Amino acid sequence: MKRLRAWFLAPTWAVMLTLFVVPLAIIFAYSLLTRGTWGGISQPWSLESYRRLADPIYLGILWRSFWIAGAATVLCLALGFPLALFISRSGKRKNLYLSLVILPFWTSFLVRTYAWMFLLRDTGLINTALQKLGLIHDPLPLLYNDGAVILGLVYGYLPFMVLPLYATLERLDRNLLEAAADLGAKPWVALTRVVIPLSAPGIRAGAILVFIPCLGAYLTPDLLGGGKTVMIGNLIQNQFTTARDWPFGSAVSLTLMAIVLVLLLVFVRRQEGGLV
Amino acid sequence: MKRLAAPLAIYAVLAYLFLHLPLLILAGFSFNQSRFTVWQGFSLTWYRAAFQNQQLMEAAGNSLIIAIFATVFATIIGTLCAYGFWKRSSPVLAGSLYMSLVTPEIVSGISLLAFYQWLFRFIGIQLGMYTVILAHVSFSIAYVVIVVMARLRTVDAQLEEAALDLGANEWQAFRYVTLPAILPGIVAAALLAFTVSFDDYVITSMVAGVDSETLPMVIYAIARRGVNPVVNAISALIVVGFGSLILISERLRAA
Repeated sequence: MKRLRAWFLAPTWAVMLTLFVVPLAIIFAYSLLTRGTWGGISQPWSLESYRRLADPIYLGILWRSFWIAGAATVLCLALGFPLALFISRSGKRKNLYLSLVILPFWTSFLVRTYAWMFLLRDTGLINTALQKLGLIHDPLPLLYNDGAVILGLVYGYLPFMVLPLYATLERLDRNLLEAAADLGAKPWVALTRVVIPLSAPGIRAGAILVFIPCLGAYLTPDLLGGGKTVMIGNLIQNQFTTARDWPFGSAVSLTLMAIVLVLLLVFVRRQEGGLV
Repeated sequence: MKRLAAPLAIYAVLAYLFLHLPLLILAGFSFNQSRFTVWQGFSLTWYRAAFQNQQLMEAAGNSLIIAIFATVFATIIGTLCAYGFWKRSSPVLAGSLYMSLVTPEIVSGISLLAFYQWLFRFIGIQLGMYTVILAHVSFSIAYVVIVVMARLRTVDAQLEEAALDLGANEWQAFRYVTLPAILPGIVAAALLAFTVSFDDYVITSMVAGVDSETLPMVIYAIARRGVNPVVNAISALIVVGFGSLILISERLRAA
């Protein structure tokens, strides 16, 4: 059996090595080289690209990415917790309600982002409706700002928060709630002193699952931020296209990867039900 | 906690509206006669325009070809891998699959681009359909492994042992005992891989050549210039298409 097993894993090994590990290794090598005269890669080896990251402009972009991803995560938690609580307490219809959360997630991310452009722009549905109702005269600047980017991220990644929250709330021992009630705890007290502390693993998992993709987001800030909201992802893309500074783009990419890895190591404990 | 039930239910209705209304509104307005956001009557103008738009149709064709090839490869490779994991875990490979899932798309995209450019120094080929297909295979495998693995956990490993005892060889035991049992999971995984591949923009845009523009790339280019009713129509079709695939996939996974 052992010999056969090696063959089952071989194709995946081959794909992961050539199309994941080697490309990252190349990026790592590029990040230590210098930008060539026409935008290529050239000698000598140097740490210059990493040093440039300390420039206030780039630190600003880094800080902004953290801020936006953090805001999106907090909002996802605030919006997702009551929803997960509702689903975990809805008996037989649990699966239906859960599917209703997952369904939009698997529906094209691009289309979902575009839908918000349709709603938020100057001549979009919200502004048009408000103008028709006579509530406003000039359209509100809803699109192309940080708020729109955060909204798009929350909309995009809310399911990532709801699923792990649901998983922990589902396992919550109902007797504890009854005990709290018997001891005279009001619903609000039971919620804040019993339910929320016990769902800490779900909160941690959800927060990390939302924060990581938000931090590396490219599409949402580009479409809903209209180029004004530059996050790390946009900086990387820019270095590989218009700016043509591959070493610096590579250094930024690896820094982002390093941040993601540290976050995972700090916040994710080995859990049951994984691949291994 | 009982008294929280009513407010929670009201909240849930609002949350589901938030999740679904934007797409429903977009789909609804794709039937609007006017190109503006004021309802002026039902019409299929934009659907007709979409189907007559050569660039869109060509891109849709490319996306379909890429997604089909990527799905077939990723499903076969991923299923074999899940089966291998089921026999005995491989923490390093599983770890690298997880890493590929959490790597920001833009980083995967540029590293694949750098890899291809580096490779092309040695072999004289260009970015094209196949570079996109390979990229899609690489990011779809993890999804397939996770879905098939979940299905395999429900399978009794002793069934294969029984088959072996009864004289089947290892391949026959896999082919005739385990494979039929996990087939719904494999189909579900394939449908998932298909939607993930068909929808990808960030990685695709980095590794696509001039002849391999995909539907998301065209939509993106139009969306960056603003809203266009033709895109509304295409979006509605994508939502309905993806929605059906995912519903089937969910059913199969639960089956």
